[in-house]
Order: sequence, then C-alpha cells, then structure tokens
Amino acid sequence: MTERYVVAIDQGTTSTRCIVFDRRGRLVSLAQQEHKQYYPRPGWVEHDAAEIWRNVERLAPEALRNAGITEEQVAAVGIANQRETTLLWDRDTGAPIGHAIVWQDTRTDDLVELLKEADGAPEVEHDSALPMATYFSGPRMKWLLDNHPELRQRAERGEILFGTMETWLIWKLTGGLHVTDVTNASRTMLLDVHSLDWSPSALAFFGIPRAMLPEVRPSIGVFGTAVAAFPGVRIGAALGDQQAALFGQTCFFPGEAKCTYGTGSFLLLNTGDELVRSTHGLLSTVAYQIAGGPVAYALEGSIAITGSLVQWFRDQLELIATAPEIETLARTVADNGGCYIVPAFSGLYAPYWRSEARGVIVGLTSYITKGHLARAVLEATAWQTREVVDAMNADSGLDLTTLRVDGGMTADNLLMQFIADVLDVPVVRPLAAETVSLGAAYAAGLAVGYWPDLEGLRQNWHRAAQWLPTMDPEIRTAEYHNWRRAVERTFDWTRPS
Amino acid sequence: MPGTVQSIERAAAILRLLAGGSGHLALGDIARSLDLAKGTTHGILRTLQHVGFVEQDRVSGHYQLGPALPHLGSGYLDVNELRSRSINWADPLAARSGEAVRIGALRDGQALIVHHVFRPDDTFQTLDVGTMLPLHATAIGKVLLAYRAAGPEPAEELDRFTRRTIRTRRALAAELQHVRDNGWSLEAEEMTPGNASVAAPIRGYGGLVVGAIGINGLVERICDSHYRPHQHLVAYVRDAARAISRELGAARR
Ligand SMILES: Nc1ncnc2c1ncn2[C@@H]1O[C@H](COP(=O)(O)OP(=O)(O)OP(=O)(O)O)[C@@H](O)[C@H]1O
Ligand SMILES: [Mg+2]
Repeated sequence: MTERYVVAIDQGTTSTRCIVFDRRGRLVSLAQQEHKQYYPRPGWVEHDAAEIWRNVERLAPEALRNAGITEEQVAAVGIANQRETTLLWDRDTGAPIGHAIVWQDTRTDDLVELLKEADGAPEVEHDSALPMATYFSGPRMKWLLDNHPELRQRAERGEILFGTMETWLIWKLTGGLHVTDVTNASRTMLLDVHSLDWSPSALAFFGIPRAMLPEVRPSIGVFGTAVAAFPGVRIGAALGDQQAALFGQTCFFPGEAKCTYGTGSFLLLNTGDELVRSTHGLLSTVAYQIAGGPVAYALEGSIAITGSLVQWFRDQLELIATAPEIETLARTVADNGGCYIVPAFSGLYAPYWRSEARGVIVGLTSYITKGHLARAVLEATAWQTREVVDAMNADSGLDLTTLRVDGGMTADNLLMQFIADVLDVPVVRPLAAETVSLGAAYAAGLAVGYWPDLEGLRQNWHRAAQWLPTMDPEIRTAEYHNWRRAVERTFDWTRPS
Repeated sequence: MPGTVQSIERAAAILRLLAGGSGHLALGDIARSLDLAKGTTHGILRTLQHVGFVEQDRVSGHYQLGPALPHLGSGYLDVNELRSRSINWADPLAARSGEAVRIGALRDGQALIVHHVFRPDDTFQTLDVGTMLPLHATAIGKVLLAYRAAGPEPAEELDRFTRRTIRTRRALAAELQHVRDNGWSLEAEEMTPGNASVAAPIRGYGGLVVGAIGINGLVERICDSHYRPHQHLVAYVRDAARAISRELGAARR
C-alpha cells in the first residue's frame, strides 16, 4: 500500500506555505512564497488576493513534487489563514474587488470611535465577545460598503461576496463554495459566539447584507473536494492560524495554552466548552469545533507587532540584512542600555486596546548603539508577552507554569531566554516549529479519519528545546516597571486627550 | 583565450565598475558601459546579488557593491540565520532518528554549536547552543575540517579525550579523506565513552560548506557492534543536510 499524507496550506500575513506531513506529524516537504505588502497610505495595509491564490496554485504541486508524492496520496488538505483580513469579490467573475484589507490596517479608526458610541454597540460587543476595534473584519466591511456605495446594492443581491482568506481559498479551491469556519467567523464581530451563526443585530448594527456572507461551518469536517491546486483532494479543515497553532500544540484541554511568535504574537488558552469573558483586556474566541461536536473556546492575548518590528528594523531602518541577524546584533551588547521600543504601530492590542497609541523609542542617549536598539526590539516582544500572560493569569485565576511557544521567532535563542526570564517560567518549544501548519494538518486528518483521535496526536508532541529563567528578580521588577512607563508614553498620540 | 568563462569575466568587470565611479549605477549604465545586452547584464547582477556581492537600492533600483565583499574571509552565513533556515529540517531529523540533533559551524578552529534539538523522549536536557567542540573528535567537526579549503594545520599531537580519539595528524588526514569520499562522518566514542555521532555537510551557494548537521546519542543506538553506523540513520542525516542546503540555495538540481 502506498503511504498517505496530509497537506496544510498556511496562508499567512507575509507568506503562504504548503507543507506535507506524514502520519507521525513529521514535516516531509515545504514550499513557501512571500506575497507583496501594499502600504498605500499611513496605517493602510493591503494584499492582492489574486496573487495569493496564484501562489497557492504554484505551491501545491511544488510541495507534492518535493515530497515525491501525487494527489492520490494526499488524504486531505487543511487550511490555516491570517485572520480578520477582509476581501470582497464578484460572485460571477470571481475577481477580487480591490485589494484585501489586512488585519493590521487602521483605516477604520475614526469609524470605530463613532461605532463605540453608537446605539447597540455594547450588545454587539457582548454577542461577539470582542471589543470594538480596527482589528476585526466587521468595521472593515462597513467601511468598504460606506465608501463604495455602488457595491451595497450588489452586495444585497448577493452578487458581491465577503470572505476572510480561508473563505477565498475554499471558494477558489472548490470552484465556488462560499463557506467559512467558526474560528474565522468569530473574528468578524458579526458572529453570535453562542449560537455560532451570524447575529442579526450585529448585521443591522454594521449595515451588512446577509446575502454577502458565507455559510458558517465547523472548523473540522469535510468542506468539499478541491477542483484546483489539489484536484480530487478533500478539504478537511479550516481554522484561523492562531487557533491552528493551538491545535498543533495539542492544547486540547481547558487550561492548556501556547504563544505563537510570527508577524504578531498570540497567546491562546483553551477554556473548553465555556466561554470565559476577560476582565483584563483579553479576547474570547472560538478555538475550534469538530463537526458534530461541541465548540471549544479560548481566551486570547493578541499582540499586533512582534516579528514585524524585526522586519521594520531590517527593511525600514536597514540596520540588519536578515531577521535572524537581529540576534547577532543584540549580542554585541550586554543589555538595552536604558532604551525601550514600544511598537504601537497599529495602536496597542491586548491588554490595552488603544487604537490612538503610536510607537515610541524612549531612553535615547548618546550612549545608545544599534546593538542596544536590537536588544530593545527583542525585549519588546518579551515584555508584551509578559503583559498578556499577566492578564491571562488574572482572568483564569491560575498561574501559567510553562509557556509553549512556536513560530519563526522561536529560532531566536536570545529572545526565548529573555521571555523565560521576564515571565519567570520555563519556555518550551515543541518538535514542530511550523505548528500552524501542523494544526491545520491534524484537523484535516482527523476529519477524514487519517488520524483516529486527539489522544494519538498528543503522542507526537515532544519537547525540542527549553529555556529556564535565570534573571535576578530585582532586575526583572525594575525592567518591567520601565517598560510600563514606556508604554504609557504611547497613549493618546493620534488623539491627544 | 581557452579555458576562461565569459560570464565570470563579465561579473568581474561589473564588480570593478561598481567599485570605481560613484558606487551607484543603474542597470542601463552598467550595460552601456560594458557594451552588454541589458538582459545579460541583469542576469549577472541578479546572480551577484544572490551571493551578496552586489545589492540593489530599493528606492532607486541602482546597484552597488554588497555588504559581503569586505568580509570574504569570514563565514558568509550568519550563524543565527543558519539556525533559522535549518530549524524546519532539524526537527524532523530528530523525530525520525529519535536522537538529539546539533548543527555546527567553524569558529576559531573549533565547532561552534549553533542549533540543538533535544532527543525527542521528553527527558530533561539542556541546550548546547554556544558550546565549542573539538574538530577532530566530533562528527560535526570532522565534516567542517574535511571541507575546509585551508586553515591552520592541526597540531601534531591532537587532544585526547578517550582511547578511541584520533591522535595523529596522519590518522586525521586519512579520516578526513574518508569523510570526503563518503559525504558524511562518524565519531564513535572518540569524545565521550558510550556516545557516538554522525554528521553531513550543509552547503550554501556554489557548494560552499557553511556548517554541518548531525545526530548524537548512545553508541549502541547509533552503531552496530563493529562501530559501524546504522545506514538508515546516515540516510536521515544526509537527507536533512541536503534539504537545508537546498533551502540555502545550493545547486538547485
Ligand atoms: N531569528 C529571528 N529573530 C527574531 N525574529 C525573527 C527571527 N527569524 C524570523 N523572525 C521574525 O519572525 C517572523 C517570521 O515568523 P513566521 O514565519 O512564524 O511568521 P509568519 O508565519 O510569516 O507570519 P504570518 O503568518 O503572519 O505571515 C518575521 O516577522 C521575522 O521578522
Ligand atoms: Mg504564520
């Protein structure tokens, strides 16, 4: 019998990956392609969805070729995607209408300020379990329809469709199926997180026609069969990338958490079938749903800018040539020299949710070198982690005892050590750095019976690296204090109080 | 002139051109100056850019000498970048072999450990990253030595760690020839009694060896009773080394 495999598509913010996994959850081959980032105005971030689809079409055969396998050997394909990124397209031609508006985009900030004060806002925030913020898709859809009145009528007739990236990819893969999964839907502000369907009152609040929305499906269950990219292969799962990473880390039980370090960083804690509402600035979100089963919820600490700060350091300041060189540069000095960088490029997400904040570099003196700045860049990721972990501990009443990490930044040993130091808990990386893809593969494989159950998947989890805290508690306290003071200096920047 | 390669001559001419003058040149200027077709010039520039000898300004699109040129003597690949680019392949090697994985690079006559993946049995282990290992007594070190084009001669008497450590320059030379013939290296109880390791070269562009990846573990798991490594383990190590080399842009076949 020929060996069978599961393939994941990880449609991320900066790149798209196609990864083939074997039955033990081991990476067999990988194909990856970056796509263009469009910054047409300050605060605006866009992607070309047609380019992303072309990348998927090219990466799919490449990944199979690299693995030396054919479509017949693929048991299922699973999709993980950048969340909240908002796209409209024409139902008849399949052509995107303009660029996709990316989750980091802040063009809706004025709109969001108005919506916060509007009648019905508290109810929408309650039903969706999300705070009114530029981060989510609902305000973006309203912005698009408000700014392009010619689209609204067509949207009402269902001629214009909305989707986040998994919806777009499934639509292209299947040749016209218009569906989303509960995790992605839970990031729109339009989903009622208890009924798990579009909330009529939220649709009315944002003025979104029901006809343009996809059908909401469980995350794990066969969506359909691909006719393009992977012809003949079943699509077994779709999840937001952060939820996929939680699944890939096999955090299947309440109390289990992970943090993924990519463009942004996202701490998710499985809260089981109970929706926990944060009182410390975290989000409640859907973790996953297996078809026919109950939904699992999560508490989430979202950090907008972590890896992208390293990219900014590389591309805009041009102080390094590649992202990993940040560690080399940071190691040229022993400490931050008193310098702190708070990357509130898109405002601050958890636990502050301040869209009017903007980034600062504080503590500059003539002593500061680019090495200190590199340290401050890495330390910003660690302190932001500390803030969301503190919020999570306060919300759950339990103290996190180890932090499970994954994502591209986990290759940075200096950063991982610093995170262990500022959290004062061990940081553990599992044997699969591409945990987002692994989670999508696990989910798809479960849906088609390639893997029998969750318990088997847990056997695949192994510790690949561990960093233990070594920081002097007094230094930790003093540095945290400095960080908090630096954060305060970002507040009220675009809208002075 | 028999035996010369035209495109290399042209590349050299482009480098001289960029090194002189204002330092910033547009594609059209370079092509005109050398009386070459734009397409040809562009191809050479892209190759020079790929190896870091030339860089292109993002705004103007002009070309200039790259940051790698002044550092031709030191390793061209940053060790933290080597780790980042290898991490996806080191993990499955540990999963397949069941052993710890390490990646090393040549540094000051020793093997610097730049990446370490624990043996996947969830026992307590600590990260070896940053450790320096002797070249002649480790599998990673032997690979780094075997593919080094030049460097200080090893000492006449090599440091001895166990009774199986290679002790003479002659024996080492024979061993390194063996490594080059096979494309992989073995160390069996030469550093620590009871331990063995197998490694293979990681190559960058043009075949340059930039590091070595290997597994290490108990000698009875890595080798048979005659100190011969299990062939499936050797194959896993070589596959991982090839995958990373492909990732780094070594000869895309
Ligand atoms: N060694 C390193 N040290 C610090 N940061 C790094 C390192 N290597 C990569 N990064 C950063 O990590 C990010 C890439 O990580 P990863 O590949 O997980 O993100 P991603 O999946 O591309 O993100 P997204 O899904 O949002 O596109 C980049 O932002 C990069 O700047
Ligand atoms: Mg990602």
